[in-house]
Amino acid sequence: MKRVLILTGSVAAIALGGAVAQDQQLTIVSWGGAYSNSQIKAYHEPYTEKTGVKIVNEDKSANALAGIRAQVEADNVTWDIVDMLQADAQRACDEGLLEIVDHNEWLAPAPDGTPASEDFIEGQLGDCYIPQILYATMFAYNTEAFPDGGPQTIEDIWDVEKFPGTRALQQIPQKNLEWALIADGVPDDEVYEVLATPEGQDRAFAKLDEIKDHVIWWSEGAQPPQMLADKEAVIATAYNGRIFNAQVNEDQPFEIVWDRQMLESDGWVVPVGNDDKMELIRDYLFFATDTQRLADQAKYISYGPARSSSAPLVGTFEDTDIDMKPHMPTNPENLETAVTFDVQFWTDYGDALEERFNAWVAG
Amino acid sequence: MASTDGAIKEPILAADGTPLKQALRRSQARERRAAFLLVAPLLLFILIVFAVPIASMIWRSVYNPEVRNFLPQTAAALQEWDGEDVPPEPVFQAMAADMIVGVEKRTIGRAAARINREIPGARSRMMRTAREVDEWSAPYREKFLETDERWSDLDFWRLLKRETRLVTPAYYLLALDYEYTADGEIRPRPEVYRIYKALFWRTAWMSMLITGICILLAYPISYLMATQPTRLANLLLILVLLPFWTSLLVRTSAWIVLLQQQGVVNELLVALNVIDEGGRLRMIYNRTGTIIAMTHILLPFMVLPLYSVMKTIPPSYLRAAKSLGAHPFRAWWRVYFPLTIPGLAAGCILVFILAIGYYITPALVGGDSGIFISNLIAQNMQGSSAQLKLAAALATILLVAVLVVYWVFNKLIGVDKLKFG
Amino acid sequence: MAAPSYATPAERIWYYAFRVICGLIFFFLIAPIIVIVPLAFNAEPYFTFTREMLALDPEGYSLRWFRALLGSSEWMGSIRNSFIISISSTIIATALGTLAALGLNRRNMPARGLITAILISPMIVPLIITAAALFSFFARAGLANTFPGIILSHVVLGTPFVVLTVTASLAGFDETLIRASQSLGANQSRTFFKVILPLLLPGVIAGALFAFVTSLDEVVIVNFMAGPAQTPMTVRMFSGLREEISPTILALASLLVALSIILLTTLELIRRRNERLRGMSPG
Repeated sequence: MKRVLILTGSVAAIALGGAVAQDQQLTIVSWGGAYSNSQIKAYHEPYTEKTGVKIVNEDKSANALAGIRAQVEADNVTWDIVDMLQADAQRACDEGLLEIVDHNEWLAPAPDGTPASEDFIEGQLGDCYIPQILYATMFAYNTEAFPDGGPQTIEDIWDVEKFPGTRALQQIPQKNLEWALIADGVPDDEVYEVLATPEGQDRAFAKLDEIKDHVIWWSEGAQPPQMLADKEAVIATAYNGRIFNAQVNEDQPFEIVWDRQMLESDGWVVPVGNDDKMELIRDYLFFATDTQRLADQAKYISYGPARSSSAPLVGTFEDTDIDMKPHMPTNPENLETAVTFDVQFWTDYGDALEERFNAWVAG
Repeated sequence: MASTDGAIKEPILAADGTPLKQALRRSQARERRAAFLLVAPLLLFILIVFAVPIASMIWRSVYNPEVRNFLPQTAAALQEWDGEDVPPEPVFQAMAADMIVGVEKRTIGRAAARINREIPGARSRMMRTAREVDEWSAPYREKFLETDERWSDLDFWRLLKRETRLVTPAYYLLALDYEYTADGEIRPRPEVYRIYKALFWRTAWMSMLITGICILLAYPISYLMATQPTRLANLLLILVLLPFWTSLLVRTSAWIVLLQQQGVVNELLVALNVIDEGGRLRMIYNRTGTIIAMTHILLPFMVLPLYSVMKTIPPSYLRAAKSLGAHPFRAWWRVYFPLTIPGLAAGCILVFILAIGYYITPALVGGDSGIFISNLIAQNMQGSSAQLKLAAALATILLVAVLVVYWVFNKLIGVDKLKFG
Repeated sequence: MAAPSYATPAERIWYYAFRVICGLIFFFLIAPIIVIVPLAFNAEPYFTFTREMLALDPEGYSLRWFRALLGSSEWMGSIRNSFIISISSTIIATALGTLAALGLNRRNMPARGLITAILISPMIVPLIITAAALFSFFARAGLANTFPGIILSHVVLGTPFVVLTVTASLAGFDETLIRASQSLGANQSRTFFKVILPLLLPGVIAGALFAFVTSLDEVVIVNFMAGPAQTPMTVRMFSGLREEISPTILALASLLVALSIILLTTLELIRRRNERLRGMSPG
């Protein structure tokens, strides 16, 4: 046993030795792929250059809520800053898992002096939540699969006769149920009202049943472009930035269907239990969410900055002359039939609908 | 060690003082202790690093502290309530007091989250009221009901009263597709929420199917190997051992490469004009994918025990039966097959036990129709819909199932018969 | 390999049909593993044979995916992590397991059946359950996202194999050899090192190899337990297979196939030596 202890001890020493040497380090959890890359280029690299603080990326945002719950419950928080969806952030905040953010104190004002709380796009700030970008989830397709023109509307997506082939959908009820109701003829502004009733939920699932045999599921943002490229699916829901990156970086013949795109924000939260690192965390957040940094991120991925003051600074894609504006989900033309994602609805009904959705998928 | 052996070798010495029997007993006790001391480090290690965590997981599956700990005064006040009418003022007063503490300590959301699982919308109602409540004063009952008429919902209060129990079977009910009604009766969940029972059955029958296919595939090749000259048999054995020693992920990725729509098999079939471009077969990301890949991965576990048993059966038995006039099939069925049953049983149990706990392969190639109960356990540990306690309950049920199979096997054959390589 | 001359025509047909069936089953076992190796040399980012490859045109083959693998600090870092974890856990598991097997093999071992069952149980319990249990437990102990945490959980997984293989190699052990050695004047330690250990060693090595492979190949527990600093290659492969499957994974897969061939050969050599030592006939 002694030998074992010595062995374990020495291994522990090796492992921990590494950690002690780098106390000026931040562990930032995000979504991976093209999205993390845009954050690395726009936020992390300049910050490391400025301060020397090392930033460790962990691609676990898909499990952010469960991860933070587990860490806080175990009283062993290893994540410093987490990139999270607004609805999940609200749930985690209510459960006391996240630091409460005083936006004006924590965040930089706009260059013209407008305080942060007024500079961020209305309705996006949360008690514990600092939005970074606005992104769209919408359908996209591979043009090679539809030489005579692809689907243009949500109704087309459900039309498996006219547009045959596999659809790749995200394995969550959010957005899929809204689209199903819209495809079933529910007016856009009544979707959440209908979805709050048992009959409306039945109706949405019945509509999804119609295409279930043509659906494969994805769970990570990087999957849909890959599925479209491999032709495992011909139509897929996706985050608009991922499709944009596949279009420009890999020359993929993808086309976005902006009809009924669903706009949502994504942003930073700080799990509780990071008290001794708070100063560093806030220093990073102050830097990474200022007007210029948010505008910079749009250079690398087609997501709209969450600050009003960043919008005019958005330019072209990396070193190319591709103008980013028409690719932004916030571009007026793309917003024409957009549906606003109801964070409050999903905070209330998320648990029940997720359970029913998982049962439906596996059944 | 030296003293023990001394005692064994020199029993005569006992004659000078202690009686022989006693000396012998003492020396045996010493040997037992020595044997146990050798095992002790591992036993202790397994108990601490394996058994205790599993026990604490089982405890977690019934532990229900949210309401009791985060709404303590309400929980106490509700004990007096008969559940017939909207609770009286003291309950609301207790709720208000709990909320003020809960907002300050930021624990109110934990209790609200627990309730919201069963009553959608309860969380935001509780949170909204909790933010206002510190500006109110007694009597609270009217204030609550004024703010939101749903505070008069009896189901909410009954649920709250039920959930004051520190130990609850609620997660086991969920794990078997049952639930409590508002009155505390147990009933099956609405059809659209049922999933776990079906998944347990799917896991069981797919594992049996895979075990069956493994028997069909393993029996002939084991027989062939057992009846060939040693040199050839060893060569053939390598064809079984190489997959056995190859990483599970490598074998799973091989099947992805082979079976996907643009994969090797489909390309080959298109090139040979067996199917056209549009008719590519869906062999993966569904049940078929899981069955093919898992059969491949588990087949060696069937072949190895079968082969090691068959190797010991002299071919002369079969020849004797035939020479006595038995039809070859009858000879094989009556003489050879019964002798292979121990190997067959070991293989079956090994494959079946491994199969029902499979996670990685179904996750990668199973799509949604080919996933197993393990995948749902993982799903309940991750993602925004995670329910760690439900995951613990599901895991406990699966654990019991596995242990029962293991116990039966241990009774029938014995663990020490497990052989590898 | 021909059917015996006295066979009836029906037996003859059966004889050959049986061999064809067996051939197909062996093909099923081995083909998937063989197929991915040439695909790792594909010059194109596809998972299927290109025309150039089928024509054996050198243009169709390249080392680009191996270069991508070896040139990627992320992949190499994760391979290093994998080896740190498997080697450490193998050493501990082998030491603990061998000691326990020696004890279990003693004639006077109390509660042998029960203790064996407990020691073997990590092999029987489905990995996802072990992962669920260990993750919460280690998180509370501050061991989640650390090497010691992952290593300890792999020790748990590895010890049953060591116990089983060492016990198996002791089972055929002739106790009279010890007495013979002692009667010839060898003391305790000399007997252990000269008689017991050489007979034990094959079992220990085989058990260690099992523990090593189990740890190297483990995904489920590390997937929950590893932070970015410990991510082993299996987790990277797993998420790669789920998200963006790239031929780089096939390059790593071919290397792992090569590794399993080496392991298999080692084991075969040990087995032969073992049988020679015990005076049994090979095979």
